[in-house]
Amino acid sequence: MVVQALKDQGVDTVFGYPGGAVLPIYDEIFLQNDIRHILVRHEQGAVHAAEGYARSTGKPGVVLVTSGPGATNAVTGLTDALLDSIPLVVLTGQVPTFLIGSDAFQEADTVGITRPCTKHNWLVKDPDALSGTIHEAFHVATAGRPGPVLIDIPKDVQFASGTYQPPKPSTSHYQPRVKGDLEEITELVAAMEKAEKPVFYTGGGVINSGTAASQLLRELVDATGFPITSTLMGLGAYPASGQNWLGMLGMHGLYEANMAMHDCDLLIAVGARFDDRITGRIDAFSPNSIKAHIDIDPSSINKVVKADIPIVGDVGHVLEDILKVWKSRGRKTQAEAVKSWQAQIGDWRKINCLAYSNNDKSIKPQYALQRLEELTKDRDRYVTTEVGQHQMWAAQFLNFEEPNRWMTSGGLGTMGYGFPASIGVQMAHPDALVINVAGEASWLMNMQEMGTAVQFRLPVKQFILNNERLGMVRQWQELLHGERYSHSWSEALPDFVKLAEAFGAKGIVCSDPADLNDAIMEMINYDGPVIFDCLVEKHENCFPMIPSGKAHNEMLLGEAETQGVIDTQGAALV
Amino acid sequence: MSALHIKKGSTRHSAYNLRPTFSDVQEKHTLAVLVENEPGVLARVIGLFSGRGYNIESLTVAEVDHTGHLSRITIVTTGTPQVIEQIKAQLGRIVPVHEVHDLTVEGPSVERELAILKVVSDGDKRVEALRLADIFRANVVDSTLGSFVFEITGAPDKIDAFADLMRPLGLAEIARTGVAALLRGE
Repeated sequence: MVVQALKDQGVDTVFGYPGGAVLPIYDEIFLQNDIRHILVRHEQGAVHAAEGYARSTGKPGVVLVTSGPGATNAVTGLTDALLDSIPLVVLTGQVPTFLIGSDAFQEADTVGITRPCTKHNWLVKDPDALSGTIHEAFHVATAGRPGPVLIDIPKDVQFASGTYQPPKPSTSHYQPRVKGDLEEITELVAAMEKAEKPVFYTGGGVINSGTAASQLLRELVDATGFPITSTLMGLGAYPASGQNWLGMLGMHGLYEANMAMHDCDLLIAVGARFDDRITGRIDAFSPNSIKAHIDIDPSSINKVVKADIPIVGDVGHVLEDILKVWKSRGRKTQAEAVKSWQAQIGDWRKINCLAYSNNDKSIKPQYALQRLEELTKDRDRYVTTEVGQHQMWAAQFLNFEEPNRWMTSGGLGTMGYGFPASIGVQMAHPDALVINVAGEASWLMNMQEMGTAVQFRLPVKQFILNNERLGMVRQWQELLHGERYSHSWSEALPDFVKLAEAFGAKGIVCSDPADLNDAIMEMINYDGPVIFDCLVEKHENCFPMIPSGKAHNEMLLGEAETQGVIDTQGAALV
Repeated sequence: MSALHIKKGSTRHSAYNLRPTFSDVQEKHTLAVLVENEPGVLARVIGLFSGRGYNIESLTVAEVDHTGHLSRITIVTTGTPQVIEQIKAQLGRIVPVHEVHDLTVEGPSVERELAILKVVSDGDKRVEALRLADIFRANVVDSTLGSFVFEITGAPDKIDAFADLMRPLGLAEIARTGVAALLRGE
């Protein structure tokens, strides 16, 4: 029944790891050929792989793990998916119903443990309710703001026979609102017609809404001529080559993007949630602007920042309505004022905030990413990242022209996300070039997935920026803790080339900037998984940076004066 | 401010009240939440309050519609207006929640609570306790020569007042149900 339900929901790939409590389901999987099962090496890897699959395709990722430790190993991935709004359906085995609550072998209160980290979860005790629950789970995972759901299935329910119910249009009361309120939309359009310094601030919500939303966003931005910036999660919704593109904003965002957010008079938030990495000091955030907030989740609105024009709805539908109303009112903007606003932004751009001092003796991580961008930009490319300085540099130096090409752990910031996610992406796009930009410490967290990559012949490219440090932590220790580098270096690192070969894959090491181009080309052209150990400058800091507790116009742009910059209040914020 | 002269609050709002006042005053609100009567829903609601640091002054829950599988959770909570709006939005986000009503805001409401109090005393204090119970229209549900157990229903502050009066008269234990509330009229 489980397998039939998955097939009827259009599932073609399941990431999982077997165990005693899920043997009946694995038996069914063995006896069919429509659904592919990818055997990972750790359940956390299965969930991150499903996340990579989901973000790169727009379809929900499906995971199958066993009870007890299988389910608890999935918790990190579930929490990651919840914070980044990724649709996932996770099936966990459970001990038989008559053993629940008796501390049986591999028993855990899965539903209790995952209650705060899933959008919703179910424990199925009645075999006749099983198929209906699975269909409902897919509905909940994908409707409204997407998120992870979990279905706990006891073993005796898996063995039992019951009546299968095919999927039907959901009669559940959970039907989130997708169409925005027309009066609020009209008010926003009126504001757009009068704005002299407008800014679009977009986020992951545009990606979740689907490719049509990205298309509509592009049309609206280019028609109005308003500048647009994006959060880490929203990169690719508007192309980096677009003429109104400001660059990413936030704690490590570009100078011109943060200054534009600070000085604007109309801030249109589209599918973004005003996360603390973006806002910096809230009482000094964009102080003189009218804020419009378009979001499908009403609890996001007015949570952090007061919304003057709140619009609850799916960004795709709302953007469509905004375009209609704006066009029907004569496509008005304050064209002259917006032009001089763009000129002001041009002046800020001249500061060239991403400049770094390059040299020909060591590889600067920024240079490595610039070379990677140059050599891969014309390919069918998908990028995942781990978490840390390399993640920020990847967001700054790689350009994204399409949505669903950029997979990163934004909300939870899970180290160890990127490698399994790249596996999930490669499964969904077998012919594409999938690159995981990693730090050596993050990469080692889920290194066991090399087995998965080699077994399933997934030619994922692991681009490791190896500085033998926990870079982001080290940067904060330098800034805030008087250069007391407490446990922020990587000792006893493996020889990555030998490690790759031990798994049957290819390893490349590069430490000379002159060799970089050839080494990257070798990585791209190798038909199989590659670990690329790029030995980079060890003490490079990631700029620009808005130190915690500071406002957008108090950015640090370089090494100059970084001591004593964070006060005690700011120190308490991460 | 800027060239934009938007008259704030000028448009009719949707059912979601998204433009609260942002003040610092702590307010007490009574929320009525209609939920699916399925296992774990109460745990989810309480997990929301504890996970996000919201305050629960009192909580009561029971099934109200057997065929429709609905239960009603009545929660009294305190917070600033912004926090109260967040609580309502977060409750509304939970999948098995059907409706969230803020009875403090939506109109005049009726709030009732039931309490049972054990008063242990003799002599004058015992007589006075019985007399006060009569005034408050509390019932005696247990009596021995040295104690009474009173049952009282009423608005929460009536129960607070009764308990305060019983305290110097020998109040030994009190058990309260928490507030149940409904909107007046249709």
